[in-house]
Amino acid sequence: MTAVLTVAAGEIRSALRNRWVLSATLVLAALALSLALLGSAPTGTVGVAPLDVTVVSLTSLTIFLVPLIALLLSHDAIVGERERGTLLLLLSYPLARWQVIAGKFIGHTAVVSIAVTLGYGSAGLVIAWLFGGIDSESMTAFAALIGSSIVLGAAFLALGYLVSVCAPQRATAIGVAVAIWLVLVLVYDAALLGILVADTSRSMPAELVQALLVLNPADAFRLFNLAGLGRVGTFSGMAAVSQQAHAGGAILISMLILWTALPLLGAAVIFGRREV
Amino acid sequence: MAVVEAHHVSRRYGEHLAVDDVTVAFQPGQCTAIVGHNGAGKSTLIKMLLGLVRPTAGRITIFGEDPSAGNRRWRSQVGFLPENVSFPPSLSGRETLDFYSRLKGQSAAANGDLLDRVGLGAAAANRRVSTYSKGMRQRLGLAQALLGNPRLLVLDEPTSGLDPSSRQNFYAILRDLVADGAAVLLSSHALEEIEGQASRIAVMSQGRLMAFGSLDDLRGLSQLPVRIQLRVANGHAAALVHSLGVPATVQGHDIALSCMAAAKMDVLRRVASCDEVVDFNVQPPSLDSLYAWFMEAGR
Repeated sequence: MTAVLTVAAGEIRSALRNRWVLSATLVLAALALSLALLGSAPTGTVGVAPLDVTVVSLTSLTIFLVPLIALLLSHDAIVGERERGTLLLLLSYPLARWQVIAGKFIGHTAVVSIAVTLGYGSAGLVIAWLFGGIDSESMTAFAALIGSSIVLGAAFLALGYLVSVCAPQRATAIGVAVAIWLVLVLVYDAALLGILVADTSRSMPAELVQALLVLNPADAFRLFNLAGLGRVGTFSGMAAVSQQAHAGGAILISMLILWTALPLLGAAVIFGRREV
Repeated sequence: MAVVEAHHVSRRYGEHLAVDDVTVAFQPGQCTAIVGHNGAGKSTLIKMLLGLVRPTAGRITIFGEDPSAGNRRWRSQVGFLPENVSFPPSLSGRETLDFYSRLKGQSAAANGDLLDRVGLGAAAANRRVSTYSKGMRQRLGLAQALLGNPRLLVLDEPTSGLDPSSRQNFYAILRDLVADGAAVLLSSHALEEIEGQASRIAVMSQGRLMAFGSLDDLRGLSQLPVRIQLRVANGHAAALVHSLGVPATVQGHDIALSCMAAAKMDVLRRVASCDEVVDFNVQPPSLDSLYAWFMEAGR
């Protein structure tokens, strides 16, 4: 366990030192604040809880940004060390290969957590200070957003390690990581929408659509935050989906955890078998 | 008992046989140098000994264990300096060493002294590794290899990038470790600096172990001639060469002879008994020439 924590602490220290944490936090905070302030304009007099609106806009922001940040952190983790020549030395120390992956995962998850919590937290505080009217339900929705964003980040970190242990070169790793991001975040939804539009005879059962949505980690995250949490769902435009897609919050979060655990396990197994 | 040994070990990469049927054992209290050209299989052999690359044939034992098996306790007794070592650039030398000492389960308290010992003073140790010269990185690499007084120290091209005085310092550290009973294994192209530092020499060529033994063992194996240089009093050179009856070249007062090791004492006695000889010196075959001989013999 000491070895895992040492690797994790090393990753956190590196990320703090090379300003990864700072830049990720600043980007998230800046975008979250501008979305929150812009988003609050039309709601001013309607009496909708401002923090809830912020949750809706931050959910979309998270789906684009957090997977990207996670993949940028993790795609390089193994193949980068291999190319720089630090991996050979690390593996000559008394730690197992899975401990390297576990340590990096813990360290990078901490980095994502710091960035998301500070970035979104600061936006939440500004909203609360400007508009007031924060009840416990809004607070719960906002906390759930931060928590689930971290889990979404963890899933894409794990995917990044899987890429990193398989890739022969860093250039390959970044290419595959960007492809994964494009497919899961952009192409998947567009393709699903296209199929639904083309499917004029409605031959596709609703259960299949629901299952396809839940299977994608980005959509599972979206459903969890927009449809899964009471009031937020009603003005997120996801109400219709949420009634059809009555997958509970527990299932959606389990799906995200599965998307974390399986690639992480795969990465550890493949890394254990590969040569330096 | 040998600290680490290889038994008929081979490693194939596709069509290329990087290491070909090597059997060798490294003993405690000895400094062994692996010499060979680029691509001779030195680094691959080293990586296999440390369990970082699996052999395609043969067996390796390190501290009595199979290095690619699950048990990693022996790793805390091994120091390794890879070829072209590099470190995370954003950390300082001190932080880097602290990181590696924690990984080895060692206290970081003695790390300042260790950095001093390899010639990285406090000012250098607190700078980021990205500002280091190649020699400083190499010294930091040596410091991490020395963590926890290893029983086996494996150094791949350790003195590349070091200036002559750091080299002396480096070999002094190695001598201390060997005197303490550690096994030291280093690979190098720089044959002239290994001569006198390593008590055992392993010559590798095209993946094969061509020879293994002390410098004298290798000289015996190679049958390379001993060179003897004489200086004679004026005008006696030609007559002396004639009387000695061994191949020689004359250049003014200087005569260069070469003879086999077995005939050396006989020639020397005759040379020493000549009143005309004013000075002489004997050069056994250098590691350079031995190396060239083994390369040629390997073809």
